[in-house]
Amino acid sequence: MPKKVVSGNYAAAYAAKHARVEVVAAYPITPQTSIIEKIAEFIANGEVENLQYVPVESEHSAMAACIGASATGARAFTATSAQGLALMHEMLHWAAGARLPIVMVDVNRAMAPPWSVWDDQTDSLAQRDTGWLQFYAENNQEVYDGVLMAFKIGEHEKVNLPVMVVESAFILSHTYDVVDMPEQEEIDEFLPPRKPLYTLTDFENPFSVGALGTPADYYEFRYKIAKAMEEAKKVIKEVGKEYGERFGRDYSQMIELYKTDDAEIVFMGMGSLMGTVKEAVDLLRKEGYKVGAAKVRWFRPFPKEELYELAKNVEGIAVLDRNFSFGQEGILFNEAKGVLYNTDAKPIMKNYIVGIGGRDLTVNDVKAIAKNMKEIIQKGKLDREIEWYHLKR
Amino acid sequence: MELPADVKKRLTLPFEEHFYAGHTACQGCGASLGLRYVLKAYGGKAIFTIPACCSTIIAGPWPYTALNAPLFHTAFETTGAVISGIEAALKAKGYKVKGEDGIMVIGWAGDGGTADIGLQALSGFLERGHDALYIMYDNEAYMNTGIQRSSSTPYGAWTTNTPGGKKHFLEQRPKKKVIDIVIAHKPAYAATASIAYPEDFMRKLKKAQTIKGPSFIQLFAPCPTGWRSPTDKTIELARLAVQTAYFPLFEYENGKYKINMPSPNKEPKPLEEYLKLQGRFKYMTKEDMEILQEWVLKEWEELKKKAELFG
Ligand SMILES: Cc1ncc(C[n+]2csc(CCOP(=O)(O)OP(=O)(O)O)c2C)c(N)n1
Ligand code: SF4
Repeated sequence: MPKKVVSGNYAAAYAAKHARVEVVAAYPITPQTSIIEKIAEFIANGEVENLQYVPVESEHSAMAACIGASATGARAFTATSAQGLALMHEMLHWAAGARLPIVMVDVNRAMAPPWSVWDDQTDSLAQRDTGWLQFYAENNQEVYDGVLMAFKIGEHEKVNLPVMVVESAFILSHTYDVVDMPEQEEIDEFLPPRKPLYTLTDFENPFSVGALGTPADYYEFRYKIAKAMEEAKKVIKEVGKEYGERFGRDYSQMIELYKTDDAEIVFMGMGSLMGTVKEAVDLLRKEGYKVGAAKVRWFRPFPKEELYELAKNVEGIAVLDRNFSFGQEGILFNEAKGVLYNTDAKPIMKNYIVGIGGRDLTVNDVKAIAKNMKEIIQKGKLDREIEWYHLKR
Repeated sequence: MELPADVKKRLTLPFEEHFYAGHTACQGCGASLGLRYVLKAYGGKAIFTIPACCSTIIAGPWPYTALNAPLFHTAFETTGAVISGIEAALKAKGYKVKGEDGIMVIGWAGDGGTADIGLQALSGFLERGHDALYIMYDNEAYMNTGIQRSSSTPYGAWTTNTPGGKKHFLEQRPKKKVIDIVIAHKPAYAATASIAYPEDFMRKLKKAQTIKGPSFIQLFAPCPTGWRSPTDKTIELARLAVQTAYFPLFEYENGKYKINMPSPNKEPKPLEEYLKLQGRFKYMTKEDMEILQEWVLKEWEELKKKAELFG
């Protein structure tokens, strides 16, 4: 299997190429830019066939052009970050509502002001309710694998929804790592050409997409998206398993569990920070801590059932949120607590707000969090529910 | 219905209908007439994109459609971008775009969705040179949200957010010349048209089909509801707008301007004839009318000069 040393962004670009995307419409923003530059290079060097590149005048138009392309039956791809994603917001609803399996890479970046180009999950999590599936990558390999799987999952006849593959600013986007890339023929077998739900080229049966939905029908349109999201869970597991069988990296779990079998304390989080957490888990285990890590790969659809299974058997869950919903709490924490409310799984849960705006989360930080969790469990009582871990005092 | 051969021979517009009965436009709607002609021109082999505007409603609610053509309803400001994406996808997939037997990609948007919120996407579409046609139907206000001004609303017109009242608060700005902005992009083809002159409009639609690159047509389409005009005066108003030189018909191609008859070839008719048929101008004072008349003639002279210099 060919290996390449690439940045997270190049991993995304190669995956789009290997997925044989047909239309790319994109607008540059740091730190996403090198994804679309690389794709432009593929075209310039004649490395891709039948790929139309639309260098649009804004992110809003990038998503609109992808929507037009996808509705015409093409496999469409784009990438963005932070302000660009926020500008696209309206059209994210449109892509999901029109049931178009567009794939987008979002490079997680903090929202301004103040200006910041560094890692933060608030941009993508703010798109939670748009009807997009969301996959959070821990490393460059997962960016690559995630994009390939995203097309297959989004285009599945039971799903027909857009998918966002999320990688962290600089930590992944600009950091080089070895990435396994299967041969093109193997990928073509895994990901055959798209069979669209509908295409605008159907002149025999002219129809309209997105017409006015009166109260008599709109409701059912939404229900169908809800249902497709539920179906997506099965599809994600199937495709993740197939990916493992074909290429050796299994993604059948929506939450990747690391040393959780006998764990008392579990660190839960998403994206690149979970690499650090896993390393800390190894060190803490040597010190006698019974800890494990639960990496939430798919934030939408949310893996409720897997979370419940995990929570049944642990005493405490430290939810690490590189994001914050103002006026409430970390977004993953909020979701996870909500899932467990009507169940009999009631571990102690504490929310650690970490790494906001690119602040480093180190192994020592995770160790300190483990100590804090241990104390809480011994006392059987939370010191506080939410802790802004890095706050300068 | 089959027409007798001699009648068919005399028809200057295609007989076939691709705009179904049962659409939901108001009585006397100019825009719906325009849409009907566009559908006739391309015989149903066109893909439409319609943003938020009256035409969203005119085309009918789900599961109905009044258009015998695939139609993608999109967000207000995205027409230029969506047609760019459709065109790109057709090319990627190897379809023939434009030409006699090719697919026409058509954006059909109001003046608000074109001159205001959608101007950026329109500019991007023109500048990138996509093979598609953008038609702005100009009813000179936001009709779908209940008659608010757009930048294409003329000086002195009443709208619900430029009402006439004791303090005489009417639209104070002249009509934005969207077509000039379009031409500044040096598109393959740009033209004005009016629903009162369907043959001229049809010829322009056919031309857009043969020309490579982006085309733009600004179609004058009176709106009895928003203009407070009798529903049986729509065509007359559209004709008067041309005859008074308020909305002259012209084409721009390869850097050349050409004024199309029936634009006035001598003195334009007095503007008042046009204004007095419409309730939206009833708050205008004599001076206001003079200001508007002056603007019309000045713009008309300017256009004639362009046609002379770059004809
Ligand atoms: C982002 C956004 N802002 C506002 C609206 C509300 N809106 C819908 S149609 C419309 C006016 C359309 O005016 P125009 O383009 O002139 O077309 P007309 O209704 O006159 O046919 C507005 C403001 C919207 N749909 N989307
Ligand atoms: S409000 Fe005007 S433009 Fe809209 S449908 Fe009625 S007549 Fe036509």
